[in-house]
Amino acid sequence: MALSRLSLRSNRFLQPSSTTAAALPSSLRRHVSTDTTPITIETAVPFESHLCDAPSRSVETSSSEILSFFRDMARMRRMEIAADSLYKSKLIRGFCHLYDGQEALAVGMEAAITRKDAIITSYRDHCTFLGRGGELVDAFSELMGRKRGCSNGKGGSMHFYKKDACFYGGHGIVGAQIPLGCGLAFAQKYSKEEFVTFTLYGDGAANQGQLFEALNIAALWDLPAILVCENNHYGMGTATWRSAKSPAYFKRGDYVPGLKVDGMDALAVKQACKFAKEHALKNGPIVLEMDTYRYHGHSMSDPGSTYRTRDEVSGVRQVRDPIERVRKLLLSHDIATEKELKDMEKEVRKEVDDAVAQAKESPVPEPSELFTNMYVKDCGVESFGADRKELKVTLA
Amino acid sequence: MAARIHGGAATALSTFNPKKLVAPSRTNLPAAARSSKRCIVAGGGSDASKKSLSVRHSQKLIANAAVATKAETSATTGTGHELLLFEALQEGLEEEMDRDPHVCVMGEDVGHYGGSYKVTKGLADKFGDLRVLDTPICENAFTGMGIGAAMTGLRPVIEGMNMGFLLLAFNQISNNCGMLHYTSGGQFTIPVVIRGPGGVGRQLGAEHSQRLESYFQSIPGIQMVACSTPYNAKGLMKAAIRSENPVILFEHVLLYNLKEKIPDEEYICNLEEAEMVRPGEHITILTYSRMRYHVMQAAKTLVNKGYDPEVIDIRSLKPFDLYTIGNSVKKTHRVLIVEECMRTGGIGASLTAAINENFHDYLDAPVMCLSSQDVPTPYAGTLEEWTVVQPAQIVTAVEQLCQ
Repeated sequence: MALSRLSLRSNRFLQPSSTTAAALPSSLRRHVSTDTTPITIETAVPFESHLCDAPSRSVETSSSEILSFFRDMARMRRMEIAADSLYKSKLIRGFCHLYDGQEALAVGMEAAITRKDAIITSYRDHCTFLGRGGELVDAFSELMGRKRGCSNGKGGSMHFYKKDACFYGGHGIVGAQIPLGCGLAFAQKYSKEEFVTFTLYGDGAANQGQLFEALNIAALWDLPAILVCENNHYGMGTATWRSAKSPAYFKRGDYVPGLKVDGMDALAVKQACKFAKEHALKNGPIVLEMDTYRYHGHSMSDPGSTYRTRDEVSGVRQVRDPIERVRKLLLSHDIATEKELKDMEKEVRKEVDDAVAQAKESPVPEPSELFTNMYVKDCGVESFGADRKELKVTLA
Repeated sequence: MAARIHGGAATALSTFNPKKLVAPSRTNLPAAARSSKRCIVAGGGSDASKKSLSVRHSQKLIANAAVATKAETSATTGTGHELLLFEALQEGLEEEMDRDPHVCVMGEDVGHYGGSYKVTKGLADKFGDLRVLDTPICENAFTGMGIGAAMTGLRPVIEGMNMGFLLLAFNQISNNCGMLHYTSGGQFTIPVVIRGPGGVGRQLGAEHSQRLESYFQSIPGIQMVACSTPYNAKGLMKAAIRSENPVILFEHVLLYNLKEKIPDEEYICNLEEAEMVRPGEHITILTYSRMRYHVMQAAKTLVNKGYDPEVIDIRSLKPFDLYTIGNSVKKTHRVLIVEECMRTGGIGASLTAAINENFHDYLDAPVMCLSSQDVPTPYAGTLEEWTVVQPAQIVTAVEQLCQ
């Protein structure tokens, strides 16, 4: 039933209607993977806008960038598949929320911003972490609860963070990261640096009150906050039409401009994020709705087939898959051959397998780690009792 | 530290109804009772009429300069300055905002209105709208925003207009404020201060008379302190702002007008330390916030009856200063806890458990805990009075324990 409501708008394949760089002669094809000559690609789906002018559908990119999209997305896809099998073999426990199908969002966003712009998201954060420069082995170690993990094994799947890349996590409670994200934007405005914050949330979280509270403050104080709704059409088991009276999430900001983007098209995502960043720095917050899809269920405990048909999932996979889309783009523009792309995928697969193996070998945290990082500069959690040795904490 | 409690027409504790309670006259404690750990703030002194803040500032040579200059130290002048508790909080906040440009204040009506209890009065004019932020009424969101800002290195002071309103922000305080340092493996610190008035006031009604320290005490990763005098209010405010950990500073609605002389020079109070209010030999009375004054009132009666209570203001609600408490228990062997929290699951309950666990061998009698009743605070004045612990009950309890 959900199938009829899910609009499969992108029945057409990408039509590169205007290319400024003509297909290169075969003699030069070997060198194209590092070619940064600008190419302009037109997005398949137009943007829909609310209270603003939509950006142009012509995206400026380059061969090397599209190739990097392919590689990064392939890596993310492989990581999630590997996490799936690790979970089934009980090396990953608890909750594991996988991002496969939504990779275009992570890579497209990264292409439009710098590592000084902040990103904060919820629990479906593995690929966003990777996009921010996280290492595969750190991700797998964290998933398996090892010391090497990005949060020392103490966070788990839902708590990946990378401070030096301005990646603020990684949050388990739906919607709670939205005020945090507006706080990050506030800090950016406070410090007067020209950076923005991308606060990601899902279609389920879009009904949280704190979103509207935070959006009100962000609009009132002109904060450089970009709220990105990753609309994968299901809040766990509940489809958007069953949870939202108005599923036009980009319009629900009301007084805040919004943009609806085809979230399976990495180039469209890049264009939208670039536009949003410029907008936020000048005019305050903006809401982006990314129309995307997840192949797995909500988490590994959810088969993902009780509330949607298998045909729907495979239909989206055939028609809208982000990696396939980029592959077709690369092939049609003669940027790479089939074989080269397949080799790349093999490399990526090996990379991921190596990382998994390495993570499996890495040690679990020491027992003393139970009490570390509770407080900063304290008398020690264990000795907060009657036997504490230090009496005073010296403050600055 | 003996706080000056002025009876009569002066404003300090006019909220106490002198008809119902023993009139809180000027406390003349024996010299031995005065704590000598910090600068002496004794000194007689006429009841200075409440000066306006700006006048006091000019007296302290801060004048209208954008950056406050440090006042002459009392080493040279030899005296402190007298102020009310909310002014002490404001002084501490202002000094820290001068000292560190990362400190900002956010809350409802803290800016242009000056704060509903005047703690932030004048700060918006001095520091501007970006550092003293008037938020809309959305505790969940602005607490979350403060925490998000703290993740990047800002040091927000988040004010809940009444502590009870922060229940709406419980998720942010528990999950993000308390836990992010741990779950991020130490990558992020959350140096926020969450403060606001709580406790039972004067017929404010059930929803505005809540004691949230009992709800927050289990949250791992936060520290909780309760101030009770202008001296420790300013000291704890400054320490809380400088601390790298999230600190919840509990103030009390009825204590804002306490007057005391505090030192001119800069000082901070230790966040994890309890305060010895009155050394004694017979029994240890542990208390905090407003109940300290009920205890001191009962102490007068007890002294007249021949008892020698040791009164400790625990100040640090999380973690407990079991070092000071333990040493006291070892000396007196009897413990009475007097608190304003509810009986069930309150600070007293945790403290009783901690003392029993750690100092059982030193106890000659079971730990007794006097708490508020497990009822929503009624509006009627007489009923409200019976909800909280009164000095007479404290006297009875001590007599019972010391048999």
